[in-house]
Amino acid sequence: MLGSAIIVFREALEAALIIGIIAAATRGMQARNFWLLTGISAGLAGSLIVASLTGQIAELAEGAGQELFNAGILGLAAAMLAWHNIWMARHGMQLARDARQLGQDVTSGNREMSALAAVVALAILREGSETALFLYGLLTGGEETLATVLGGGAIGLLVGTLAGYGLYAGFVRIPTRMFFAATSGLILLLAAAMTSQAARFLVQADILPSLATPLWDTSWLLDNASLVGRFLHTLAGYEAMPSGIQVVFYSTTLILILAGMRIFRVRPPSTAIQ
Amino acid sequence: MKTLFALLLSLLSLCALAADAEIPIAIRDHRFDPGEIRVPAGQKVKLVVHNQDATPEEFESHELNREKLIAPGTKASIFIGPLKPGRYPFFGEFNEKTARGAVIAE
Repeated sequence: MLGSAIIVFREALEAALIIGIIAAATRGMQARNFWLLTGISAGLAGSLIVASLTGQIAELAEGAGQELFNAGILGLAAAMLAWHNIWMARHGMQLARDARQLGQDVTSGNREMSALAAVVALAILREGSETALFLYGLLTGGEETLATVLGGGAIGLLVGTLAGYGLYAGFVRIPTRMFFAATSGLILLLAAAMTSQAARFLVQADILPSLATPLWDTSWLLDNASLVGRFLHTLAGYEAMPSGIQVVFYSTTLILILAGMRIFRVRPPSTAIQ
Repeated sequence: MKTLFALLLSLLSLCALAADAEIPIAIRDHRFDPGEIRVPAGQKVKLVVHNQDATPEEFESHELNREKLIAPGTKASIFIGPLKPGRYPFFGEFNEKTARGAVIAE
C-alpha cells in the first residue's frame, strides 16, 4: 500500500505542479475550468491507451520508439508553452488593465486555452501511463490486493493533487502587478525543462550525442532523488548530473522564448490599445 | 515531413551501424541479473535489458541520467556513457526494494 502511494504521489506531483502553474497563468480566462477539465480527461484517457501500447511503442523505430514518443510529447508541450508566453507578452498588459476585456475576446481566448489544455493532457499522458503500468504490475504481481493498490494510489493521488493546488493557491495571491512576470517566468522555465528532458531521451536512444556525461555533478548539494530535487526537476528542469546537450537545449529554449516575447511585446502605452 | 522521417530513419540506422559494446542484463523475479555490470570507461555502451517477468518495470538511474519503461517479456536498449571511471547505481522504479544494480566503469 505504501509502495503504490509513494509512486503514484511522485507521478501525480509532476502532473499536478504543471496543472497548478497553468491554472494560475490562465486565471480570469474565458471557460478556463472547462478547458482544464477537458485537458485532464483527455490526458487520463490517453494514459490508459499509451500504457496498454507500451510494448508496441517501444518496438517502433528500431527500439527507439519510447524515447521518440516521449521527446515528441515534451517538444510539443514546450512549443505550446512558448506560444503561451509570447501570446501573453502581447496581451498580458490588456489583461492586467482590464481582466474582462480579454475574457470577451472569445475566439482568441479559446485558441489560447485549447493550447494550454493540450499541455495539461500531455503532462498527464506521460505521468499517467507510467502510473497505470505500475499499478497494473502491482495487481498482476499478486503481492497486493485490489483494495491496497487502489487505496495507496488514491492517497498518493490526493497528496500529489494537494501539492499542485498549493502551488496554484500560492500563485493567485501574488499581486496582479507581479503576477504575469511570475507566471511567465515559471512557464519559461517549465518549457526549458521539457526540452532538456526531450534531449535526454534522444541521447538515451543514441539519436543525439551527449556532448558530456555529465557536464557537472551537483548531487552532493541537491540530489534528483530527494523531494526538493524532484520538485525543482519538474518546475525548473534541475538536473544534478546533466549531459552537455541538455544544457544546450535548456539555454536555447530560454533564449528563443525570451526573444519571442521581446519581439512580439506590445509597447506601452500608445500601441497597447487595439 | 516524409524527408524528415527518412532523415531520422537513416540517422537511426547509422547509429545502429556504429558498433557499440552491447551488454545484456536480465530482469528476473524483480532483480537484475547480473547485479553489477563492468563497462569500459570513456566509451559509449548499449545496455540491453530483457524483462523476463510478467510485470512491467522501469529502469531508472539518477547517476546515469536514464529512465526507460520495459514491458513484460520485452527487451529495451539503453545507451549510456561515455562514462568517467566510477560506480553508477541503477534501480527498477516499480520494485525498488529488490531491483537494484550498478554499472562500474573502469
